[in-house]
Amino acid sequence: MKFDEYESNQGNAIDSESPCNESRRAFFKTTGATILAAPAILTSRKSMAQQALELPPSPPTRPWRKELPEAIEPLEQTDLSNDPFPPQGNPNIANGECGRNDHQRWAHFFGDHPLLPDQADTYEFRVQEIDHEFHPDYVKQRVWNYVAENNAINPTIHARYGRPVILRQHNDLPLDHSGFGTPEVSLHLHNLHTPSESDGFPGDYFSAAKAGPTLTAPGRWKDHFYPNVYAGYDEFPKSAKNPVGGDYREALGTLWYHDHCLDFTAANATRGMAGFYILYDELDSGDEHDPNPKALRLPSHDYDYTLAFQDKRFDADTIQIHDQFDPEGTLGDKVTVNGVIEPVLKVASRKYRLRFLNAGPTRFYRFHLMTPNNVSQPFTHIANDGNLLPRRLLNRKNVQLGVAERADIVVDFSKYPLGTELYLVNRWEQTSTRGPKRIKGPGMKVLKIIVDRVPDEPDVSQVPFKLRPIRRPTTAELAIAPVRKWRFVRKNGMWAINGKFMNALSSRANMAKGSFEIWELDNPSGGWSHPVHIHFEEGLILNRYVSDEEVRVPGFEKGRKDVYRLGPNEKIRLFMRFRDFTGKYVMHCHNMVHEDHAMMIRWDIVG
Amino acid sequence: MNKNNDPVNSRREILAGMGLAALGLIGLSSAWQKLGFNDNTSTLNPNISKYKPTGDAAPFPDVTLYTHDGEAVKFYDDLIRNKVVAINMMYSQCSGICPKSTANLLQVRKLLGERAGRDVFMYSITLDPVRDTPRLLKQYAERYGIESGWKFLTGATEDIELVRYRLGFYDRDEDIDNVKENHTGMVRIGNDERNRWSMAPTLADPEQIMSTINHLDPKAVHTYVNTLQSMYA
Repeated sequence: MKFDEYESNQGNAIDSESPCNESRRAFFKTTGATILAAPAILTSRKSMAQQALELPPSPPTRPWRKELPEAIEPLEQTDLSNDPFPPQGNPNIANGECGRNDHQRWAHFFGDHPLLPDQADTYEFRVQEIDHEFHPDYVKQRVWNYVAENNAINPTIHARYGRPVILRQHNDLPLDHSGFGTPEVSLHLHNLHTPSESDGFPGDYFSAAKAGPTLTAPGRWKDHFYPNVYAGYDEFPKSAKNPVGGDYREALGTLWYHDHCLDFTAANATRGMAGFYILYDELDSGDEHDPNPKALRLPSHDYDYTLAFQDKRFDADTIQIHDQFDPEGTLGDKVTVNGVIEPVLKVASRKYRLRFLNAGPTRFYRFHLMTPNNVSQPFTHIANDGNLLPRRLLNRKNVQLGVAERADIVVDFSKYPLGTELYLVNRWEQTSTRGPKRIKGPGMKVLKIIVDRVPDEPDVSQVPFKLRPIRRPTTAELAIAPVRKWRFVRKNGMWAINGKFMNALSSRANMAKGSFEIWELDNPSGGWSHPVHIHFEEGLILNRYVSDEEVRVPGFEKGRKDVYRLGPNEKIRLFMRFRDFTGKYVMHCHNMVHEDHAMMIRWDIVG
Repeated sequence: MNKNNDPVNSRREILAGMGLAALGLIGLSSAWQKLGFNDNTSTLNPNISKYKPTGDAAPFPDVTLYTHDGEAVKFYDDLIRNKVVAINMMYSQCSGICPKSTANLLQVRKLLGERAGRDVFMYSITLDPVRDTPRLLKQYAERYGIESGWKFLTGATEDIELVRYRLGFYDRDEDIDNVKENHTGMVRIGNDERNRWSMAPTLADPEQIMSTINHLDPKAVHTYVNTLQSMYA
């Protein structure tokens, strides 16, 4: 155990006021041009040479040319138990699995043997280089996506508490790839309560030719074991009354998976690897018809819709760029929604649950839902960072998303006559990757929503006043919780935490399994915003400070979080528990450029 | 966790004689504080657009630099083309973090062993080319006991500036950019053939820098460093 990051215990006085307060060569019209353009894309040196700090704007696009599907189809299962290489506790290195650590608690969940039929939901996809069209006015170009057997791209996984998932990721990326991005991958499922070897630790990257510093062997694939039990599994054991195991107040809902390769997360995320993992349980059951009286019956199925936002930059040839030599990365001026620039979403006139995700790499969003004549429309905010809030927040006019933050909102489109057009607008002006500058109207329209049909059946969904209860630390727990301080600073042209730089092989904080602490995240540097992400466990914000003055914690931050937005000169104190699994995890700035430039620490849970 | 293995010990020995370096570090961080930077007020460093590559220009200029052995070399053709490289900037009179950085990179050099100069090429380019002649750089290298597989480089001031910007060792804020020490904390690690580039802190732990180099060196399958294998026991 190392205690060098601790402040002295004198800092642990009871915190009485703390937690419980609540165009161009225009448009490649011919297919021929598209096909010709495609092969050059990832190998061209030219595109790199054209990158520079003050990049010319991306070529114009004609808005609202492409429609998003009316519903999100979840990924179909692949029966891995009948695969020639069924999932197993230890890595199957002989048959191409990378040299990960053994799955923790494998025997407890499945027995001392490879996975048998029906023991888990099993999924499989491959990371591949494929052609993608961001916009009809842009050329088709090579991206790196998660591709399922049925060719679903970056598929959404629907999982359920109490039902483990095994996800097999194959890495088919071209090893001789030239240009930004690296063909080594480490899939992080943000922010599942996942044993460390399945978490997507940045050093656990692999390809057939390469093993990350925390793997023992390279490989072509890797199995991820997602237990889908609530945090607190040891404290609230599985029983007849608690069939899932753990504390249901800790349930997660809107999660996402993305590549987390050490040093190359920004580049690899820019290449396109990101998807949703939606987790349901008895309360948030994903069924608005659910007869179970405990079920919340939030809008479900076709009316539960995931939207991922990414900022991207394109060169004069409409090819996506990422400047490997700009120390502050590349700020996108085009926002893709589920991979498409300025798409249209047609909705039925009823309630929808919209799950927003800022999938990076660097831009911040402040979204408003606007009428064409710029009137802000109200909605109900129900979840932050994928976690249902204790209570719904009615009549919200905006949601704010740092990189990796999620927001679930419910919009009632039955209020609008058929044919109504609404826009999702980003009103945070941002001119560099350092952070948002100011709120500025009218803002940038990123998505057009058209209320175009009456639903097939009456809308029986509801948004109850109370959503999911929250477990707050007791006064006694707060009194004895050690306080650990983390300062996020620019240092020597790089980014550091407590003055030090990332080392994937060395833990900077060791937490005893079952312990809890108060972590203080401090951004004293003035010029930068840092959306700080802590893997594995959710935290509760106890206090927020701006220039050392305590400020109110806004309502939407009073739930459980895993990304903590630190604006310039802001500080946050949060409470966290460390439970159920041991091993290595990370905390890092989720501005992926900062993260790749060493603003990350490894911390471990020790048993 | 970290075993006190030989390389780390020898680094300690080197650092023991460098009280000044630590002092310099404090001075540097206070310089950062003093200057302060705020995206909303700072003016964009005009040199960025001056030096940025345009059109089909190669990312790295093929300017002539001079090694600490007095040899004239072409920056791109001789030093970078189709190679795996680790490039940082320093200057012999730097009392900031340079001594510590050089000592740290020396550990990387030792971990590379025979691969240095064969599979992986280390370069340190002076930010003070007027003062840092090849002869002075040679003395600097000798002072650290650097023998092979690592070139110290100088050249015409304007060429060095161009190289610095193309390597991405600049700051958006002109005031920050004007302080030489601010460009001594980064090491650009890349594989030119695959056009894949990363940047590490010169003061990151040597095994972490090594794992980045190993990631970019196609000959390396395992990116962890042998001295830490005991971790996996």
